[in-house]
Amino acid sequence: MSTTTGSSDGATAPGARRPPTAAIHSTEPLPLQPEEVAIHIQDLQFYYDQDAQALWDIDLECPRHRITALIGPSGCGKSTLLRCLNRMNELIDGTRYEGHIFLEGTDLYGTEVDPVALRRHVGMVFQKPNPFPKSVYENVAYGLRLHQKLTKKELDERVQWALEKAHLWDEVKDRLDDAATGLSGGQQQRLCIARALAVEPKVLLMDEPCSALDPVATQKIEDLMLELKKDVTIVIVTHSMSQAARVSDRTAFLYKGKLIEAGPTRQIFEAPREDLTEQYITGRFG
Amino acid sequence: MVQAARATVGEWQVATRARYGDLAARILFLTAGLSVFLVLGFILYVLVGNSLQFFRDVSILEFFGSTKWQTAGTVQISEGGDAGDFGVWPLIAGTMLVTVGAAVIGLPIGLATAIYLAEYAPSRVRSFLKPVLELLAGIPSIVFGFFALFVISPIVRDLTDEGSFLYYVFGQKSATIFSAMNAIIVVGVMVLPIITSLSEDAIRAVPKHLREASFGLGATKWETTKNVVVPSALSGIVASFVLGVARAIGESMAVAMAAGTQAAWTFNPIDSIQTMTGFIVQRTGGDTPQQGPVFTSLFAVGLTLFLMTLALNLLAQRFVKRYREVEGADT
Ligand SMILES: Nc1ncnc2c1ncn2[C@@H]1O[C@H](COP(=O)(O)OP(=O)(O)OP(=O)(O)O)[C@@H](O)[C@H]1O
Ligand SMILES: [Mg+2]
Repeated sequence: MSTTTGSSDGATAPGARRPPTAAIHSTEPLPLQPEEVAIHIQDLQFYYDQDAQALWDIDLECPRHRITALIGPSGCGKSTLLRCLNRMNELIDGTRYEGHIFLEGTDLYGTEVDPVALRRHVGMVFQKPNPFPKSVYENVAYGLRLHQKLTKKELDERVQWALEKAHLWDEVKDRLDDAATGLSGGQQQRLCIARALAVEPKVLLMDEPCSALDPVATQKIEDLMLELKKDVTIVIVTHSMSQAARVSDRTAFLYKGKLIEAGPTRQIFEAPREDLTEQYITGRFG
Repeated sequence: MVQAARATVGEWQVATRARYGDLAARILFLTAGLSVFLVLGFILYVLVGNSLQFFRDVSILEFFGSTKWQTAGTVQISEGGDAGDFGVWPLIAGTMLVTVGAAVIGLPIGLATAIYLAEYAPSRVRSFLKPVLELLAGIPSIVFGFFALFVISPIVRDLTDEGSFLYYVFGQKSATIFSAMNAIIVVGVMVLPIITSLSEDAIRAVPKHLREASFGLGATKWETTKNVVVPSALSGIVASFVLGVARAIGESMAVAMAAGTQAAWTFNPIDSIQTMTGFIVQRTGGDTPQQGPVFTSLFAVGLTLFLMTLALNLLAQRFVKRYREVEGADT
């Protein structure tokens, strides 16, 4: 399972009981420089309800054009944190937050930020592929139609561009007008990625994007992510240690709504500072 | 081992008993199913049989070729006079006028209310309004008839008073007590609960992840509703429209009370008119002798009405099916 893209430098990894380390992709040591930070989460508290706090004191930095993985046991708040980044949680009544999230220096929760406009720049891919019940073409064109007045030709070009970016063009170019729901699960998920990419977001949030897919489809999406990070900053939630190792540059470990540890993926996997992280990574949890 | 063997025998006996139960259930449901067909067949038989009788007295060319509907009164019939004119178009026009008018009022308001309830209303408002709407569906049609006659009718008359704006809009005419407009308004209100309730169910059934996908692309609430939610719920919304329109076509009591008894070849909603159902109500309730063309014309009109609603249903089914094929089923 861990034979995949990226450098094979992990072969020298120590610790036989850490299978994922063999596949760690990132070669960068990543001591983060301030100017490399794209997303800076500062002292974030999040509440679903007056007395249902879901996140405590989160401080996290995500580097630009890198992949940051959020890992942790089920219910620890990974999705919640991810959805703070495009203010998606606000769609749920009664939610409240404190603290700051800076995206390229702008406070996302500042009064002058319009969450609707923000979501054009921070795209999202969900756990379950969720194409609209429309044609393949219309799915990709959806965001473009909302925000831009494009001619038919420009629209065609942008749709093709996005589908090519998502490595889907060759598979669907003859069935652009077919229902998107007729595609396979993996194709649907890449369609959702194309749909998000079409509006050229700065950040792409991915919430367990491969959990509904088979290994081949998973690998395609992982390859894609490694390629996409040239243009976008990616934050991914994953339950798969090996996936985090394969794709991410930095990893953040959450536990019960708190950030336990964050750092370069290699450091988190090979030399975690916290016992909890160690236990989680090696699967000796609970 | 012994125990295991006994258990097997036990299961086997249970299986046999289940099979008897199965057989009984099958017979029961077969009977139920057959009786539905029998009743349906019998109704059709009566409808078609009497209609054929009618077309022996009145030519089908007159029925579908003339625009004059003037059936003889009871006295005239018993004196053996002329049975009258049987061109069905005025009745069809009346039905269409009321149906289309009610749809023009009921569909947009119903859909808008459904969208409000499903997407915008706070849950407290919704949990209050929805039962109220469903209560509206339970009000007997005859009560709506009163309402049309004693509340709507005076208002319509006031609004179309000589010299008023609407007086000129409707071709310099004032409404009398009875008018198509009364019926249109009251039927428009009557179809609201069906349309609202079913559309709202369809809209709420649109999965959350589709909305999130749209919001995630920077769509506003309204853009999401308009571009994703309503299209995804379209088959359910169309179904609610069809049921609403079918109810409007078939509505009899309130329409008979509100629209009058003057079959008229007109499309002016201010005129007094008669619908197909209205005619049937009028003549079945009275002392019309149970023979002769006036009596059998009831069945011919009934059959025409039945064929119209059937066509409507088939059309709608085809639409819903095709929509599902094109857009992919929504789950
Ligand atoms: N809509 C909501 N309303 C109230 N509480 C919620 C809501 N969504 C999540 N929570 C709670 O917030 C906490 C964090 O949930 P979250 O979905 O972020 O976890 P997660 O780490 O993504 O879990 P998983 O790996 O299972 O997806 C959980 O305790 C959960 O019960
Ligand atoms: Mg989650």
